[in-house]
Amino acid sequence: MNVVIIKYNAGNIRSVIYALERIGIQATISDDPDVIASADKVIFPGVGEATSAMKYIRERGLDKVICSLQQPVLGICLGLQLMCAHSEEGDVDCLGIFPQQVKLFPPKEKVPQIGWNDIFDLKSPVLDGIKEHSYVYFVHSYYAESGENTIATANYTMNYSAALHKDNFYAMQYHPEKSGDVGEQMLRNFINL
Amino acid sequence: MLTKRIIPCLDVKDGQTVKGINFLNIQSVGDAVELGALYAQMGADELVFLDITATHEKRKTLSELVTRIAKHINIPFTVGGGISSVEDVSVLLNCGADKISVNSAAVRNPQLIHDLASQFGSQCVVLAVDTKFENGDWYVYLNGGRIATPIKTMDWVKEAVNLGAGEILLTSMNHDGTKDGFALDITRAVSEAVNVPIIASGGAGKMEHFTDVFKQGKADAALAASIFHYKEIDISDLKTFLRNEGVEVRL
Repeated sequence: MNVVIIKYNAGNIRSVIYALERIGIQATISDDPDVIASADKVIFPGVGEATSAMKYIRERGLDKVICSLQQPVLGICLGLQLMCAHSEEGDVDCLGIFPQQVKLFPPKEKVPQIGWNDIFDLKSPVLDGIKEHSYVYFVHSYYAESGENTIATANYTMNYSAALHKDNFYAMQYHPEKSGDVGEQMLRNFINL
Repeated sequence: MLTKRIIPCLDVKDGQTVKGINFLNIQSVGDAVELGALYAQMGADELVFLDITATHEKRKTLSELVTRIAKHINIPFTVGGGISSVEDVSVLLNCGADKISVNSAAVRNPQLIHDLASQFGSQCVVLAVDTKFENGDWYVYLNGGRIATPIKTMDWVKEAVNLGAGEILLTSMNHDGTKDGFALDITRAVSEAVNVPIIASGGAGKMEHFTDVFKQGKADAALAASIFHYKEIDISDLKTFLRNEGVEVRL
């Protein structure tokens, strides 16, 4: 299994590598379009800021590479947000794989949301074996709206997309690599797609 | 619903866990990674590793330890203790730490918080504050509680959040090690004053103390060390207790 993690100017890659190791997968990190395109599975992780991330991605032509991928792709956290149409974080156009808008949480609750929240209305093979209202670990200030591609919902001041799926593209706002056994099951599901 | 977090704190020295009572009298209690993994299995929501190694080998031993933790533990963890530069933080995050906590260095150089937040994001910048109530107000202490400052805790927390701190780890020195309960008043005051999560620390002795700090203290998370290390309170029992008390927790 050739799993490639897209390298760009966002953190958190190490945690994803270690989580994959725990389920027996040795992943490669690369920003080389050919290496990414030839992978069996591609992971697009990231903790960071949307505008500087999009700038970096566009400068290296990674935007076209990601959008043209045919194999299963998993965006995590900022990766999910960058796969949406637009982000309020720096008012930036993103990859547009999902039609969602990414917005800042209203200050009714503490921002960022940090901690374990439950996910519900689960519907996707990548969530097979995951019970309704399982807890996963979130750290984010911006959220993707709910929509037709939503495959898991979470609630923080409102319902929003905890996970998205369209064609070969999957994305999780929470961190499966930090969500204990539940998260490892999701990563296993993705690898087995 | 977002749940309240239970966070065991592991003080580490040369890769081994230790716990100081009132910041003194250190007793060794075991391997940091092993203990951390055990807590994760028992239902801990996060872990904090506080490095108190004082030797010049510190950087190397700490980055090795963080790598080992990141490989073996599947829940988030924070690393703190003597972190004073962007370079220190960069190394630790690259080793796999999810968050870092800064304390004395940030008081001496508040710009550090801004630099860390703009480079790595507020979500990984935890401001640790050791606070003590004396002469009618809460003041900030430095160097593990050894050095007093004239800085009022509320002022410092507000400034730090404006600079980009993403979370506040508030330790009451009056309560730490006493097992008489958390400092509910300052915890609540800080939680209501800033719009970032507050981790309450210092004073946990009974399960009821956690209920109090979540309900009355309005904490988002509670941190404790010795009661978990010495198995006085089992984390899974604590979380069941809290749920029965009407506190949302992950079970």
